Amino acid sequence: MTTYQEFIQQNEDRDGVRFSWNLWPSSRLEATRLVVPVSCLFTPLKERPDLPPVQYEPVLCSRANCKAVLNPLCQVDFRAKVWACNFCFQRNPFPPSYAGISEVNQPAELMPQFSTIEYIVQRGPQTPLIFLYVVDTCLEEEDLQALKGSLQMSLSLLPPNALVGLITFGRMVQVHELSCEGIAKSYVFRGTKDLTSKQIQVGRREATRHPSLFLQPIHRVDMNLTDLLGELQRDPWPVPQGKRPLRSTGVALSVAVGLLEGTFPNTGARVMLFVGGPPTQGPGMVVGDELKIPIRSWHDIQKDNARHLKKATKFYEALGNRSAANGHSIDIYACALDQTGLLEMKCLSNLTGGHIVMGDSFNTSLFTQTFQGVFSKDHNGDFRMAFGGVLEIKTSRELKVCGAIGPCVSLNSKGPYVSENEMGIGGTNQWKMCSLTPSSTLGIYLEVVNQHNAPIPQGGRGAIQFVTQYQHSNTQKRIRVTTITRNWADAQSQIQHIESSFDQEAAAVLMARLGVFRAESEEGPDVLRWLDRQLIRLCQKFGQYNKEDPTSFRLSESLSLYPQFMFHLRRSPFLQVFNNSPDESSYYRHHFTRQDLTQSLIMIQPILYSYSFHGPPEPVLLDSSSILPDRILLMDTFFQLVIYNGETIAQWQKAGYQEMPEYQNFKQLLKAPQDDANDILETRFPMPRYINTEHGGSQARFLLSKVNPSQTHNNLYAWGQESGAPILTDDVSLQVFMDHLKKLAVSSSA
Amino acid sequence: MSQQGYVAAPPYSQAPPGMGGYQVGYAAGPAQPLYGHLGGAPHPFSAPAAGVMKPPGSTAAGMVPPPVSSQYNPNYQQNGSHQQSLFCTNTVSHGQPPHALPSSVASPGPPPTQQLTNQMSAMNLGNYGKHANNLACVCNKTFFLIFFTELQNKMLSLFTSFVVTMLISVMNIFNSSCLALPGQFGGMMPGPQAGMQGGFPGAMAGPPQKKLDPDAIPSTTQVIEDDKAKNGGQVYCTNIRGQVPPLVTTDFTVQDQGNASPRFIRCTTYTLPCTAELAKQCQVPLAAVVKPLANLPKNEAPLYAVNHGETGPIRCNRCKAYMCPYMQFIDGGRRYQCTFCNCVNEVPVFYFQHLDHMGRRVDFYERPELSLGSYEFVATLDYCKNNKPPNPPAFIFMIDVSYNNIKSGLVKLICDELKTLLEKLPREEGADCSAVKVGFVTYDKVLHFYNVKSALAQPQMMVVSDTTEMFVPLLDGFLVSYQDSKPVICNLLDQIPTMFADTAESETVFAPVIQAGVEAFKAAECSGKLFIFQSLMPTAEAPGKLKNRDDKKLVNTDKEKTLFQPQKGVYEQLCKDCVVQGCCVDLFLFPNQYLDLATMADVPSHTGGSVYKYNNFQMETDGEHFLADLRKSVQKHIGFDAIMRVRTSTGFRATDFFGAIHMNNTTDVEMAAVDCDKAVTVEFKHDDALSEESGALIQCALLYTNISGQRRLRVHNLSLNCSSQLSELYKSCETDSLINFFAKSAYRAILNQPLKNVREILVNQTAHMLACYRKNCASPSAASQLILPDAMKVFPVYMNSLMKTAPLVGSTELSTDDRAHQRLAVMAMGVEDTQLLLYPRLIPLHNMDVDSEVAPAPVRCSEERLTDSGLFLLENGHSMFLWIGQAASPDLIQGIFNLPSLSTLPDVDNPLSKKVRAIIRDLQNKRPNSMKLQIVRQKDKPEMLFRQLLVEDKGLHGGASYVDFLCYVHREIRQLLT
Repeated sequence: MTTYQEFIQQNEDRDGVRFSWNLWPSSRLEATRLVVPVSCLFTPLKERPDLPPVQYEPVLCSRANCKAVLNPLCQVDFRAKVWACNFCFQRNPFPPSYAGISEVNQPAELMPQFSTIEYIVQRGPQTPLIFLYVVDTCLEEEDLQALKGSLQMSLSLLPPNALVGLITFGRMVQVHELSCEGIAKSYVFRGTKDLTSKQIQVGRREATRHPSLFLQPIHRVDMNLTDLLGELQRDPWPVPQGKRPLRSTGVALSVAVGLLEGTFPNTGARVMLFVGGPPTQGPGMVVGDELKIPIRSWHDIQKDNARHLKKATKFYEALGNRSAANGHSIDIYACALDQTGLLEMKCLSNLTGGHIVMGDSFNTSLFTQTFQGVFSKDHNGDFRMAFGGVLEIKTSRELKVCGAIGPCVSLNSKGPYVSENEMGIGGTNQWKMCSLTPSSTLGIYLEVVNQHNAPIPQGGRGAIQFVTQYQHSNTQKRIRVTTITRNWADAQSQIQHIESSFDQEAAAVLMARLGVFRAESEEGPDVLRWLDRQLIRLCQKFGQYNKEDPTSFRLSESLSLYPQFMFHLRRSPFLQVFNNSPDESSYYRHHFTRQDLTQSLIMIQPILYSYSFHGPPEPVLLDSSSILPDRILLMDTFFQLVIYNGETIAQWQKAGYQEMPEYQNFKQLLKAPQDDANDILETRFPMPRYINTEHGGSQARFLLSKVNPSQTHNNLYAWGQESGAPILTDDVSLQVFMDHLKKLAVSSSA
Repeated sequence: MSQQGYVAAPPYSQAPPGMGGYQVGYAAGPAQPLYGHLGGAPHPFSAPAAGVMKPPGSTAAGMVPPPVSSQYNPNYQQNGSHQQSLFCTNTVSHGQPPHALPSSVASPGPPPTQQLTNQMSAMNLGNYGKHANNLACVCNKTFFLIFFTELQNKMLSLFTSFVVTMLISVMNIFNSSCLALPGQFGGMMPGPQAGMQGGFPGAMAGPPQKKLDPDAIPSTTQVIEDDKAKNGGQVYCTNIRGQVPPLVTTDFTVQDQGNASPRFIRCTTYTLPCTAELAKQCQVPLAAVVKPLANLPKNEAPLYAVNHGETGPIRCNRCKAYMCPYMQFIDGGRRYQCTFCNCVNEVPVFYFQHLDHMGRRVDFYERPELSLGSYEFVATLDYCKNNKPPNPPAFIFMIDVSYNNIKSGLVKLICDELKTLLEKLPREEGADCSAVKVGFVTYDKVLHFYNVKSALAQPQMMVVSDTTEMFVPLLDGFLVSYQDSKPVICNLLDQIPTMFADTAESETVFAPVIQAGVEAFKAAECSGKLFIFQSLMPTAEAPGKLKNRDDKKLVNTDKEKTLFQPQKGVYEQLCKDCVVQGCCVDLFLFPNQYLDLATMADVPSHTGGSVYKYNNFQMETDGEHFLADLRKSVQKHIGFDAIMRVRTSTGFRATDFFGAIHMNNTTDVEMAAVDCDKAVTVEFKHDDALSEESGALIQCALLYTNISGQRRLRVHNLSLNCSSQLSELYKSCETDSLINFFAKSAYRAILNQPLKNVREILVNQTAHMLACYRKNCASPSAASQLILPDAMKVFPVYMNSLMKTAPLVGSTELSTDDRAHQRLAVMAMGVEDTQLLLYPRLIPLHNMDVDSEVAPAPVRCSEERLTDSGLFLLENGHSMFLWIGQAASPDLIQGIFNLPSLSTLPDVDNPLSKKVRAIIRDLQNKRPNSMKLQIVRQKDKPEMLFRQLLVEDKGLHGGASYVDFLCYVHREIRQLLT
């Protein structure tokens, strides 16, 4: 048996699954005592270049409320040509096409290495992908030009048979007809009025009568659309002094959603919203057009002083739900220096699996490259996007599903697998993900329901099957089935085993998602208290210590990093709103709840590399002590990529040593982190903000706010002079945090 | 008798008893030939009387019309102390001829025979004999008509020292019988007067029936001709207070010398009664018809624009009247007294000027506002909306592109025409190009706006389907200068017909279309005009959706008024919005069926717009007609966002206003636009006594935005006389203005009252006015005489014609929309238009002198003037007929038509044809509307339409003939006098 590390890695590579516990406690009681729930991070469309899809229908269990897919865990009687479902134990005959199977001639889905398998199935007509651009025209001229360029460029990236549509908005909303000769036609809607369902009906009838009017195959309207985008002007309505432009984002989205709803329900479609400012009128209005009234801040929200917040949120939620119900996803590309109302609009993307991209201007590489990234292709030349995903989870009878956290909506499928205890989006064992990428990851929370007094036989195994149906970007309908199994363990006798099966990284991310999920719905401090409480309980459960003796506290290797993750999580923008605008918080949380484990972990605890003449680049502690004058630091927080030149390095650079032939090595040293950063920039979606700064630079704050403030103005002298840089903060350092944790963990009263 | 055949035969002439009873009552019953005479002694029939004997239908050409009094120059009148009237009469008991002159008759001398039209004629009411049996009583009438004008002439010569103050036509009607009229005039007639009947020996004996000579009763054409003869081509100076201007039908030149030209203001009377009691006594309405932007002929100077710079026009501090010739400068010119309110104001320093020995300012002749009746001020920012100078106005063309209009080819026709028409947008005199912006909208159930910004390679179309809350989807590029965007606009106009070529849309909206126009003007911060071309009743689901509420059962009931009332709600608010924004609506309708014109025309008729209607539009026959209207409508002189205020000197004030206007309060007349053909009729009432010495002053100020976007104030001043003598008043009455007032007030009244009441009031008031004259101004005479004031002698024919107009005649034969249309059209008309409408021109073409420059003189509007071999042109400003007699010579027809087909009038190269076309062209140019030329042949079915316009005859849909009406009025007068 290999180590758990290897086991976990292997499972992740093969199935895209990371469990918090890789041995499962065999009873409900013990499971709850483990503090961290039995849960997993599941990446439904994890890229598996080595996995060729099979071109037939999956074989399903014939029991009506089971319908589990035949998998390697099933017991098969090759002679009788029957198989037993490992979830409901129903014995099922093989279909006639399986007549030839035998022990040596097994279909792929019975082979253990195919615990994850992908079927290509024929379901309904194949419809082309749909891309509906919804473009804000209340932009600065420069921004608009850049955006027009990006949009025109994107046309060349779309598959030739894809349908495209264009809606522009400012004070009014215009739906452009794409294939008209001689005269450019558009339908205009008032930006202040939500279309009643009746009007949408009218629009729908109009649209279904001529569906081709607004959504056209790109190969047919390429020229027209390029011209149309070229002629796109800024919103012509004058903006008086002291006012914001009137921007009808809400109605534009409503029209877009209504249009797709009427024409292509349940077909893969992306609504791509490009905004340069907050919605200022009509439904979904986030802020009025008076510039003297600033857009809401966290302070306003806490004081219940954000007058449009509730209404707008409600509006966008309804819209998001509608869109999700039709399987269309909504992307938001918001580029502005001020907030654009992402707090209110985030649900559009969160519910439908769309992207949110936040930048300062459309005229930046951050936007252009991120936007291109949306259309990136995999090794097969297919887009890294899938549509209309439905994930269904089936579990052994000892387990039930509590919920999921990620870019999905509940399909409200009640069944035997559904727990009454909800965590995240619960009450169902099916979720819809309107849009998926290979990295989209759901946190799935489970519950052990086996009673303590009904023990599972030794060596028993529990199983979970993930069935993901989706529309591949090449318009094929596919089903990916992942069936995993884990051993049951008696928590009383095998607690060490369970402890060593703990995946602290996965657990940290899963707990963080729970925390963020709570933070979105509850008050911030409560979440922190809840997280602290969970951490203390975990330490109490698994730490080795003598009562009331903090110094005796020890954690085993499999848990040793966990408290540190929690420390950084507490400081992260996902839970701390201080210094972040509501939009930024929404943006960060949006990405946190969808990225895979590695990226999520970077978000919780940024990575810090140190470059020096002393040796090859090395990862260093995210600690103020790592900030040294003769080092170059590269910090990756997922959202930002910071290159920080230490004091000496900065001086050298100013002196221009890198230009001198004799200091080639210095030039290389400067270049090394940049090269590494470029590698990250190329693969990361969305593209991070790239910051090149130095000691004393104003942008250095990005680094200083992240590192553990082990040296502050308070303890500077105590820690000595020679290493590290003091951080001017009152935040507690990791050391203080750990001291408190130990104290509380060993305390019998806590 | 052709008339008989025509009138009696069609079943619709049989008005149901008790409904059209008025007409029936008139006509019914065999007349008893009675006779009487006038002038004392029976005389042998004089020559003109021979005409009476002529068979009806013979030409009138040979007749010498009775001379009328108008040969006398009314300007001679010096004081109106009394008029001379002389009448001989015989009041007779029934049927007893002849009678002696009553002793009271002033006339001493024997009337010259040839001037006395002493005729004995009997109305042959047997024409309608078929009704007779239905009637409870038998009516007998005999008329003796004698014109006394020449008699008066004679008298003048006899008594040279006698100052004739008033010339009167006298009609002496010997009415020997009771007119048995059922109570159709609201029961004022209790019914057949049986007692009188008894006095009719031999009433039923059927004495020989004779017809009253139509030539003997006052003739409009004659009055017009006489006025032409007297004033035609003359210069009319406006320097005399209370001066009665020539008739509207006369060509004359006006020289403004301190009072507004009659082209701008005409009054019902130029001498106001001094007291309210007098006014009440005579019941002559005191009104002025103001056409503030009337076109002036080329030989009259356009109005001066006075610019007082930043201070703006000088106004009285108290009543805000504008500086005008009536202001009295006092105190050496340092102060002036406002003659309207008597307030004494300081003269602003920059305006100070010394006075001459007459007390007039030295610069009197240099300042238009001191010497002229009409002039303009350049308005300052205080007079502008939001204190911002206005933008130039805009025209928006809104074309219904639903199935009907596409199929009929109308859309293409409009688009093609616009390409040339837009080159000729109205512009300021001297300007290089028009400042007017243009915009385009097409619509069916949704609206399509077009971006025609000059920078665009091709137009952009923007569709707005949200008709419940209309808005304008674009600002920049919608309203553009034609010159700048010409290529894009032409591109658009080329595309519109093809773009909708295969439309199947058969429903349209309407109110949202207007709303869109208002919003567009609002967004562009300008005023302007919408040209809407619509063919259907708006039935699509949207605000202002209409339903068919045409119910012929309501005709002649108390609910008939609802047919004329617009549907409430959306359109009411829309009117207000339009007026606030200065959005005028011109509506071109192309209906194939009822479309609730009363409601659809509500907005145009409150915003200074016009409604044009082309029933069953067909490209071939109506295309040119419509285009001519469109051209006139686009090119005519117009002002926008106007507000008019009529100020008067103390003692009386303007109380009521009629026109295509909107009133928010009782004094300000708001008009989204006012053009050269729109007139507002203003009624005045006394507040207090007026003094004969100071007279009465009217100042009518119009604030408007002109075609190049300048804010102007146009001021018209008029001074009137005042008199405590009613005779003065009657002397300076003007029939044409009177009838304009009556038409408008009656047409407004039918919105609220049953038609029956309205007609009754009209007749009552007519009778009352005439009776009052008879009682107070005419010399005593026999009751049987009908005495009419000279200035009003043709008033009854107009009044009768008015009551026969479609809105006022309760007939199910007439289309409700047409009636509503006419009603609304009249509300905005000026004096010329109502005159022509109520007394159409009937021009004989068959015997004219083709070499003459002038058109032949019109003849009276009666069937009797037609000849079977003749060719007549008839026009009333709205329709034009070319009538071809049955026996018209083939040469004549060939000369004009050159073809067997008589549907259109071709260009034929011969003098006759040229002359005819020249006449028609000339008439078309003169009228505000284009008239469709309809060619009718005698006895053909379409002749009905033609005959409707022969206003002296009995109405086809009911209504009395002129003669019958006179009799009836006379009887009413007699009733009043006794």
